[in-house]
Amino acid sequence: MAWFKREERGILTPTEKKKEAPDGLWFKTPSGKIIHIRELKENAYVTPDEDFHVRIGSREYFEILFDDNEFTELNEDMVSGDPLQFKDTKTYPTRIEAGKKKSGLNDAVRTVYGKMNRLDFAVACMDFDFIGGSMGSVVGEKIAKLIDHCLETKTPLLIISKSGGARMMEAGLSLMQMAKTSAKLALLDRAGIPFISLLTDPTTGGVTASYAMLGDFNIAEPGALIGFAGPRVIRETIGKDLPKGFQSAEFVLDHGFLDFIIDRRNLKTRLTTLLKMLAAGN
Amino acid sequence: MQLDFEKPIAELEVKLAEMKKLANESNVDVSSAVRDLEERIQSLKEETFHNLTRWQRVQLSRHPDRPYTLDYIYNITSDFVELHGDRTVKDDKAMVGGFGNIDGKTFMLIGQQKGRNTKQRQMRNFGMANPEGYRKALRLMKMAEKFNKPIITFIDTPGAFPGLEAEERGQGEAIARNLKEMATLKVPVICIIIGEGASGGALGIGVGDKVLMLENTWYSVISPESCSSILWRSWEYKEQAAEALRLTSSDMKELQIVDDVIPEPLGGAHQDSIWMSDQIKSVILKETAALEKLDTEDRIMKRIEKFSNMGVVAS
Repeated sequence: MAWFKREERGILTPTEKKKEAPDGLWFKTPSGKIIHIRELKENAYVTPDEDFHVRIGSREYFEILFDDNEFTELNEDMVSGDPLQFKDTKTYPTRIEAGKKKSGLNDAVRTVYGKMNRLDFAVACMDFDFIGGSMGSVVGEKIAKLIDHCLETKTPLLIISKSGGARMMEAGLSLMQMAKTSAKLALLDRAGIPFISLLTDPTTGGVTASYAMLGDFNIAEPGALIGFAGPRVIRETIGKDLPKGFQSAEFVLDHGFLDFIIDRRNLKTRLTTLLKMLAAGN
Repeated sequence: MQLDFEKPIAELEVKLAEMKKLANESNVDVSSAVRDLEERIQSLKEETFHNLTRWQRVQLSRHPDRPYTLDYIYNITSDFVELHGDRTVKDDKAMVGGFGNIDGKTFMLIGQQKGRNTKQRQMRNFGMANPEGYRKALRLMKMAEKFNKPIITFIDTPGAFPGLEAEERGQGEAIARNLKEMATLKVPVICIIIGEGASGGALGIGVGDKVLMLENTWYSVISPESCSSILWRSWEYKEQAAEALRLTSSDMKELQIVDDVIPEPLGGAHQDSIWMSDQIKSVILKETAALEKLDTEDRIMKRIEKFSNMGVVAS
């Protein structure tokens, strides 16, 4: 005999009266384990049991990389115009507003500089929550300006990519951001300033075909999707299913386009080691 | 083959031919009727081709009779030595290139190549290059730099090939490298969009001191069809997508993405490919002469500055 007897059948609590834990306190890992968000944060947003790298944004990356989370941001207030008055099912300004609301940011990249283990360091980090991390004029311009800063101050650069590619709503102007950022990186080459490109999940399209693949060191997080064409487009083109692991960071490493894959928990240490080696006098 | 908006003109032209034939056979004086019809054809042509929608220009850019890269190269050079291979994987037939002689001057000429019939189209992979195509192009550009010869690129592609092997061999890396390397090439670089300029696949040979577009071509981050399928979730909105993308030569000039537009004959480049080739040739010679007057470092910095100034942010 049961200890309790259900007297009324079914769940009668209306949805609005449901009692739930506040959002963002607990995290369900891929294997189904529930862990506290604090535990996740202390582990660089990598789940402890399966080493799964949770998608994070610029706020979290800056926290992981910069000493005492101190940094200076450049062009924080730069926002997209609507040069083409682009409209599909929605207008571009509507999409920008939605992106701002969703991400709490002004566009899909933040560009900052500060100290990493007491070394000068500049970082551009993309945010996927802003229109899929797409690259339009603001992304290109902010990265170009950060490269100018690196040229002036001889500061090493890290770009953390996380993007669906060039932003369609700025059409030709977005496309040119590929040329613009790549041309600026050519100047970094000439000046002998290190550029590290960290590719995170996902990095595709025009971002892969420009700065993300142009690092002196191309590195990636485990399991990240990295490619030029998206998997769906390739599947449709060749009319076949794609092999398992196709376009994963491991696949891209295996084909010779990455220097190494880095566990996020070791990112700061490893980058510091690398930069110190480059800076050492011989 | 005729496009929809070419048909009414073609019909009148058939009529005109019939009328002339009839006049020849019957000795009837139809000269005034012929003149009338000719005038009608001319005004219909002007009306049609001066009022093309953006989508119609996209269609013209893909016209099967349109001259392709090798057509222009053979028309404007007295000698052309085609060079093959990327020295790593293979020879990509969607990307052609070699040294050519134009009015006694040697140029490196490179471009995507489309095919004219089914067999050729397959061989040329519809003008969609693989990574080895971009690497072949870069190899030839570096060679041009070594021998101090100006570079001309002809852009005509529906995009870089989105295939399995293309990904394995680093399509993204190949294009990215070209963008960076082209920015600092020591010789003058002129890029001409002669047909389709689709996305990174076009830009991969498109970083130059001068970027020019033929009148009835397009250049954008995505094709109208793909844009329609992604943003409207249907292939049916290509006309609207073409409008939204503002991808025509006059749009691109207005947005300061290209430096100039090269006019085409009425009805499109395929109506008079010899005239079109002559125009291209004289533009190449004029622009090269102007670029060669600049000091090398100055030219490189101007090129980088030009691309650095592209983009519009809210003020």
